[in-house]
Amino acid sequence: MGVSSKLGNMGVVTTTVEQAVNWARTGAMWPLLFGLACCAIEYMSSQASSYDLSRFGMELNRATPRQADLLIVSGRLTRKMAPVVRQLYDQMAEPKWVISMGDCASCGGVYNNYAIVQGVDEIIPVDVYIAGCPPRPEQLLHGILTLHEKVRSERIADWA
Amino acid sequence: MAVATPPQSIEEQRSWEGNLDQLRGLVSERAITGETMLLNMGPHHPSTHGVLRLLLELDGEQIVSCLPDVGFLHTGIEKSVEDKSYEKALPLTDRMDYLSPMSNNMAYAAAVEKLLDLDVPERGQIIRVVCLELARCASHLVWLGTHAIDMGAMSVLLYAFRERERILGMFEMLSGQRMMSSYIRPGGVWRDVPDDFLPTLKQFLIDFPGKVDDYEALLTQNPIWKDRAQGVGVIEPDVALAYGLTGPALRGSGVNWDLRKAQPYSGYETYDFNVPLGEHGDVYDRYLIRIQEFRESMKILNQAVERLERVTGPYRSENRKYCPPLRSELGQSMEAVIHHFKLWTYGYDAPDEEIYNAIESPRGEIGCYIHGTGGNKPRRVHFKTPSFIHISALPVMAKGYLLADMVAIIGSVDIVLGDCDR
Repeated sequence: MGVSSKLGNMGVVTTTVEQAVNWARTGAMWPLLFGLACCAIEYMSSQASSYDLSRFGMELNRATPRQADLLIVSGRLTRKMAPVVRQLYDQMAEPKWVISMGDCASCGGVYNNYAIVQGVDEIIPVDVYIAGCPPRPEQLLHGILTLHEKVRSERIADWA
Repeated sequence: MAVATPPQSIEEQRSWEGNLDQLRGLVSERAITGETMLLNMGPHHPSTHGVLRLLLELDGEQIVSCLPDVGFLHTGIEKSVEDKSYEKALPLTDRMDYLSPMSNNMAYAAAVEKLLDLDVPERGQIIRVVCLELARCASHLVWLGTHAIDMGAMSVLLYAFRERERILGMFEMLSGQRMMSSYIRPGGVWRDVPDDFLPTLKQFLIDFPGKVDDYEALLTQNPIWKDRAQGVGVIEPDVALAYGLTGPALRGSGVNWDLRKAQPYSGYETYDFNVPLGEHGDVYDRYLIRIQEFRESMKILNQAVERLERVTGPYRSENRKYCPPLRSELGQSMEAVIHHFKLWTYGYDAPDEEIYNAIESPRGEIGCYIHGTGGNKPRRVHFKTPSFIHISALPVMAKGYLLADMVAIIGSVDIVLGDCDR
């Protein structure tokens, strides 16, 4: 399936297109303007003066999921909020990625109780998990760079 | 009227469309006939400061009624605390009002102290005041940046967060964590201030007043800012009191009520500071009050620094039934080892009594109710949080104003949904 099956084996050309596309995707990955709890404040810190996410082409937060590439689930996900997050993810256009920021989003964190979804990966697929309660902005940057590495290693042949 | 059963699965929730009949009595009759428009705002909205959902009834652009829907961040903290010993429950309180965790720590720690009748040494009280006022500045800086962004002034956030990083850096010096510090604990604080803390704080106190002037230069006399803020979201003093507003939202209407003055704690009665008051009860006055609170906090901090240099002694209660011994004592004293082991495994018993204690957080009165059992875990812990009460007053503030004013009003009461939903 995919481009390579239609075009046949393009050899070195395919590699170059892959690299060009992946470079473009990592260069301007627009996050969804979306925050849940404490981690969202550290996410704001990452956006602001000292850490400056715009170095990675990410200063533009889109408030609508239709224009966003990256969903950063920043904070604890409650059972009441879960359908909303799922709907936001469904509304995002492909290709899309998810970062689970913080312990609560990754595994429920300190809240093992009736109210909190024990990890956002119960409802949406996650690409990168970031530990910390809340993670420092440096940790978020590390998570984003890890995601960039992952995107750079994607191959056209794997695109559905 | 049909009673709605809450949808269970994700599929059910998404296919659930509700019924206008369920809104009868909550919105005006004109909404039922379709004359006015019902508009959903949130829980995913850039200007609701978290996961707040509002159902707005609009006549054109004018707000006829407003129904807040909270609970999207309900974390079950109060229930979780019931299953933990008193000291171990403290880190959970950090995560309620995540813009000023120190205030939550203080509300909880002071309540536990009241329950146990536990003393706090003078140095501990001074360090607490330093932490609480720094937390007030840090919280107001986030409010300032986000409030300004909501109203279209994008650059203020970058200035505000520049100074906030310095405050977070100081919290990290104290506790090892930028935000969720769990530094203020029953009986005092976790540890004494490190050597490089005071010089850093002094330098901050020299720099910060000039930065506040910068913020004011950007906003206070800005004609666009004044047009958006003046005469918007007015709440009369008697209505504000009836709704139970506290903090800057109440003082903006001119009611002089600040728990630091009215029911002093942690030695606030010995500090010289003013309580800024507004006149009109609008968005602009609430803005001015928080800006002035920066300056009043600086006054308190300057006095506290002077005392911190003068007062020595323990920073945490010496009552070893409730407060762990110093690390250095563990190698020398069998008593200390026993106390240490007992406190970090079982905790301590608290009497079977109920107490309530409130402090002034950056948002208003945050109170903690604890009902002990006589054992090492509480029977019930409840937090009275300002954001929940302020959200209940949003419909009064918003009525009759335009839809675009709604974001200004939400920003001006400075709500935190973690604080509201817990």
